[in-house]
Amino acid sequence: MATLSQKGEPLSDNNNPDLSVEASSARVESASSSIHSAGISGNTSTLRGHSVVTLDDLSPQQIIELLRKAEYIDSHRRQVMHTCDGRILATLFYEPSTRTRLSFETAMLRLGGNVIGFAGAQLSSVSKGESISDTLKTVSNYADVVAIRHPKEGAALVASRAASVPVINAGDGGHMHPTQTLADLATLTSRFGRVNNLTVGLCGDLTFGRTVHSLISTLCRFGNVRFVLISPDELKTPQYVLDRINDTPSCSFVQTRDLVGVIGDLDVLYMTRVQKERFFNEDDYLRLRDTYILDEDKLRHAKPEMAVLHPLPRVNEIAVEVDNDPRAAYFEQVKNGMLMRMALESSVLGDELPGYEAWSGKEVYA
Amino acid sequence: MEVTSVTNGIIIDHVPAGTALKVLQFLHIDPAKTKLALIMNASSQRYGTKDIIKIEDETSVDLNVLSLIARQATVDIVKGGKIIDKQQPSLPEHVVNVISCTNPRCVTTTEHGIDQLFHLMHTKRQEYRCDYCDEEAKF
Ligand SMILES: [Zn+2]
Repeated sequence: MATLSQKGEPLSDNNNPDLSVEASSARVESASSSIHSAGISGNTSTLRGHSVVTLDDLSPQQIIELLRKAEYIDSHRRQVMHTCDGRILATLFYEPSTRTRLSFETAMLRLGGNVIGFAGAQLSSVSKGESISDTLKTVSNYADVVAIRHPKEGAALVASRAASVPVINAGDGGHMHPTQTLADLATLTSRFGRVNNLTVGLCGDLTFGRTVHSLISTLCRFGNVRFVLISPDELKTPQYVLDRINDTPSCSFVQTRDLVGVIGDLDVLYMTRVQKERFFNEDDYLRLRDTYILDEDKLRHAKPEMAVLHPLPRVNEIAVEVDNDPRAAYFEQVKNGMLMRMALESSVLGDELPGYEAWSGKEVYA
Repeated sequence: MEVTSVTNGIIIDHVPAGTALKVLQFLHIDPAKTKLALIMNASSQRYGTKDIIKIEDETSVDLNVLSLIARQATVDIVKGGKIIDKQQPSLPEHVVNVISCTNPRCVTTTEHGIDQLFHLMHTKRQEYRCDYCDEEAKF
């Protein structure tokens, strides 16, 4: 798919489409999109019939289109409530993840569709010893779209190749969880109206946190992000993720152990859980865990418009008192996750949202 | 060291020293059923030492597979005692059912009947990764 930027230069996925800034207060209540698209144009080729195993399956233009749709859905809930009438979503959850499953299912119900599926404990009676491929070939006869969660890495790819209907990866082991990253991006656009020209701090377990790696590599595709990587030495960002930033000329990073020292620079603070299992030494764990607990005391050093994100569930890394701070965006993130799943489910089904105008790719915001 | 030359067949030269048997295994050539000569740890101007494999009555080898385990190897096609073609393997973009994923969390460890698929991730580093779980291939 060849796309051209406004200047007539070819844009590849890595060429950092510049979604530049609109106004300073970017929260838009009206129907018009607040997602800026200056400099990026083009062909948002339809997602109908496509599976989404990783976010690399989507072009930056398609991601922007999903962000615009989610925003539209939020402000047109009644208009879109029959978008997927008669459709059936199958949620195949080979391991329990109630919050993710509820989000996928609510998304389909709010579009007028129905839901079938199994989760965790019911698994043995549903597909005892059956291969993923066979289960998907079977379920393809029942459902119009499938969301699959599986403990094995690569399970969603196997599922998508066996299925004759679109498959959405709802998490395959520690590998990919693309709709979480879509929820993160939607939260950035709802707070800032953009996903670039931001200083993004990521804090906690940066070694094993797949949500963090996926967010970094996706933001690198849009470009112009300064990453501040805040973690103990034991949980630093892996080299391949740093390479991804280094390969993106418009992006940069710094690494630090000190949250309070950098919090004042951040537009976004993405918190993750520091898990006890990652430490050999109990004392180290307790010391580091407490270093990174976000509370009002630390937030005093932060910008008033900074957004705090967290993939949830949290344990104790964000103090409950922060929930009432306007900077807390993590429950908004949950809402955005559902909206993005609504956008994605309707898009892969090819069901148009009533009244929604597809992005021409020509809008330019000053 | 003198070894009978090939009349009609192939010579795989510049095989990394000590790996000739592994190369045969990857190429699915059974030394028990094939007329072949192995020269191991021969001196090489370019690499110090090398292995050479000479196979009679073979007309081709899978260059893609060869490149994975013996990237510097060269292949001479011999007919009537003369080299009629010289081939150099190049790194394939995709590798199907040649190497297996070693990641215990990979779906290929439990799902039956699926191909082992790897893709070339980094040409310079000659890095292959599993299509399913993105684990780096080990040779
Ligand atoms: Zn694998």
